[in-house]
Amino acid sequence: MTAIFASHTKGSRFEDRLLPLVLLPLILLILAPVARLLLEAFDGPSGWGLSHFAKIFAAESTQTALWHSLFTAGVGTLISIVLGSLFAFVVALTDLRGKAALVFCLMIPMMIPPQITALAWTQMMGPSSVLLKSVGLAPPLGAPQPLYSDWGIALLLGIQHTSIIFLTLRAGLRMIPAEAVEAARISGAKGLRVWWQIIVPLSLPSLAAGTAMAFVTALGNFGIPAMLGIPARYSTLPTLIYQRLAGLGPSVLSEVAVLAVIIGAIALVGVLAHKLLLKRKAYGLVGTSSRPLSISLGKWRFLTELGLWLIIFCILVLPLIALVMTSLVPAYGVPLTLETLSFKGWHEALFRQPVTMRAFSNSFMLAAGAAIVLMTLCLPLAWMMQRRPSQLTRFIDSIVDLPYALPGVVLAIACILTFINLPFTDWSLYGTIWIIFIAYLARFMTVMLRPIQSSLSQLDPTMEEAAQAVGARLFKRLRTVLLPLVAPSAAAGAILVFLTAFNELTVSALLWSSGTETLGVVIFNLDDSGETVMASAVSVAVVAVVIALMGGIQLLAQRLPKGVVPWQN
Amino acid sequence: MAELIMENVQKHFDGAPALAGIDAQISDGEFVALLGPSGCGKTTLLRLLAGFEQPSEGRLHIGDQQVACARSNLFVPPEERNIGIVFQSYALWPHMSVKRNIAYPLEVRRMPKQERDKKVEEALALTGLGPYANRSPAALSGGQRQRVALARCLVTDPRAVLLDEPLANLDLALRATMQEAFAQFHQRTGATMVYVTHDQTEAMAMADRVAVMEKGKIRQFASPEQLYNEPDNSFVADFVGEGAVVPARAIGTRTHDQIEMQFLGHRFTARAKIDAPTHVCIRPEHLRFDDDAPLRAKVKTTTYLGGKFRVKLETLCGQMLVALSPHRLQNDMAIGLDIVSPWAFADGEVSHG
Repeated sequence: MTAIFASHTKGSRFEDRLLPLVLLPLILLILAPVARLLLEAFDGPSGWGLSHFAKIFAAESTQTALWHSLFTAGVGTLISIVLGSLFAFVVALTDLRGKAALVFCLMIPMMIPPQITALAWTQMMGPSSVLLKSVGLAPPLGAPQPLYSDWGIALLLGIQHTSIIFLTLRAGLRMIPAEAVEAARISGAKGLRVWWQIIVPLSLPSLAAGTAMAFVTALGNFGIPAMLGIPARYSTLPTLIYQRLAGLGPSVLSEVAVLAVIIGAIALVGVLAHKLLLKRKAYGLVGTSSRPLSISLGKWRFLTELGLWLIIFCILVLPLIALVMTSLVPAYGVPLTLETLSFKGWHEALFRQPVTMRAFSNSFMLAAGAAIVLMTLCLPLAWMMQRRPSQLTRFIDSIVDLPYALPGVVLAIACILTFINLPFTDWSLYGTIWIIFIAYLARFMTVMLRPIQSSLSQLDPTMEEAAQAVGARLFKRLRTVLLPLVAPSAAAGAILVFLTAFNELTVSALLWSSGTETLGVVIFNLDDSGETVMASAVSVAVVAVVIALMGGIQLLAQRLPKGVVPWQN
Repeated sequence: MAELIMENVQKHFDGAPALAGIDAQISDGEFVALLGPSGCGKTTLLRLLAGFEQPSEGRLHIGDQQVACARSNLFVPPEERNIGIVFQSYALWPHMSVKRNIAYPLEVRRMPKQERDKKVEEALALTGLGPYANRSPAALSGGQRQRVALARCLVTDPRAVLLDEPLANLDLALRATMQEAFAQFHQRTGATMVYVTHDQTEAMAMADRVAVMEKGKIRQFASPEQLYNEPDNSFVADFVGEGAVVPARAIGTRTHDQIEMQFLGHRFTARAKIDAPTHVCIRPEHLRFDDDAPLRAKVKTTTYLGGKFRVKLETLCGQMLVALSPHRLQNDMAIGLDIVSPWAFADGEVSHG
């Protein structure tokens, strides 16, 4: 008997030791590219040191692009703050009707890829807008496209990232106990005074955290400044990197590495600020009541609802209508009437052009592949973080956000440097689809991990202990007890990964080559070469997929634990 | 079924001691309750027996197998101990039916399907769950869930069954029914059972022996009646049953377990097993109302218990005592008290009462 048990013991320990091996490739995947990037940036022709870095930093083009980046991201973040906090305060604190629908619509701009946002908005304004022509409001030919400017870029960045502010601030507002406000009212405070003296100070840390995140994301955005800035010869750091690399090829790698380090460093400050601010928030209001605030709007309710929906109409519905109309004309610039209505662009894009068809299949394979691989990696990873916490898992927990939070160009440059020449071999992944795939794995790991983590942390640990007590070993427990219980969250995470990867532009814009185009790249290239109608058709198709997948998650949401669906809490 | 032996078992969490040297032996087929206030280490001890925690010091045996030894770093994980455990939250797997929940331990052991079905049927019949076999745990009441958890841990004929406050989530009426069910169950299966609870009535009603724990130590491990009648120390005297612990001084020597004691300013005869007791434990049944008795007390409050009254008394020297009376007594009424054979013991620690 004793002998049997002794051998069992070995078997169980073996499984327990095997599992941490998952961690190693993960760390390599996240850290190796970053290390390689730093190496390149500080290793110039004259050897190690700051001289190479300083030379490129001092160049006029760098300084201009840096200033442009800071300006557009800064103004954009201000716009996000105004829009995002308006929605957050009203949705979180009042008795508004139809909140779920409102939030869903507010989330769509963030999920739609930025180059499509930019394309849609340019179709709403300017002299060749099909929408304006059809209603006879188009400015004369030759009039400038108002969006091809620094303010245009900032405006769209602001709208794109509104939901970041909205989500963090709303989560913070939900934590404010109703008692805090009731106590203020008992003390005699009324209306705006309560808002200004109690609610705003309590929610300030979350607003600041959201601001930091929105700024970092706007800074790293490539799609909007590329679509709007390149025609106006207005470069930000991401577009400067893209133009250098696209124009001159890998020979400028050491120069763009410096640019990537600069933008990465600024972003890192923002990410750290975001983390610190969120931590501070958690200290102040821990263990508060479960009853959130609900302020009655009374007779103002209808007007408020009307106002909010009007904003949604302007920033979401109108641009999408413009986009759909452009996709339905036979040639760009023709007004849309019943006679001119044509599906030529659609037919061409979906069934004729090999490039777009290839891009659909590439993006689909990349997104589905990333979702499946990440799910298999993240399930044991999340389990280890929750049940076997160690220095190592805590370290991974703190860096796993980085590839997602840092600008995509930084990750892309880092991946090129790492995989252009695989260590100890003659192989190169550059120019193959695998480099995009690996970059996606690193970038979207956190999108998969967080939902599984939050679902695991809400799972009663005795569920697993009960299985352990009746004799189930680690892998058996993971498969028969844990997996079915976290499956809905894992599915939601997988859909989110698919959704983000399917639309991805920034990383693939730098990593694609002929044959490995992604949808994001194709939309960008089509528009760049004047095929606006086809670009619009592909965009509308992508938006339809996005909204359908988001709807799928929304339907799944009722069966998911708290915190799994990012826009629901 | 097997006996459980704990030898100098200690457990520290990040340096803070949770168990400070537990020595105990639980016999084969015994029903033992671990009783104590929250934070006394009873759940930690249970988790050590199950194998969810490793002892920082000491040894654990289940039957003739050593399952944990801190010195030689030997540790048998829970999945290989063949021990059943019932959790406070029941821990039923919500994605499996009642039947599947019960069958799972057998699936893990790769038991052939026919044999497995037979065992599950038996377990379902034993716990009266037959009609609910295909329901999901979410569709069951609290008591039914409890029985599923019990059936699930018994289906493998474990060497011992551990129960972690299994009745804490049930309402009062159901608790009594389930207490009976557990006791019956213990009789029928003869399983070694360890039952963690902070409710002394529960422990006293079901267990063969009760280990009263405080601050990581077992203060007394004895049968319920012995805990009540002959507590070893002030903590047990105070925690188990009702009554008062009063400092006392021995006068004379012990004969036939009787000793003359001085307390509350008067002399009484107490029961004792030692020669120099320092305290006496006065239970309500040790008090007699006697108008001529020298010890005087005042009635503070009277509560009706059904059939009798619980009377709180305060003696002239300020000591609170609890007595039972067949009649309602008026507040502030002065009465005389006689104390008949209270229990005397020696306790170095200051009384908690």
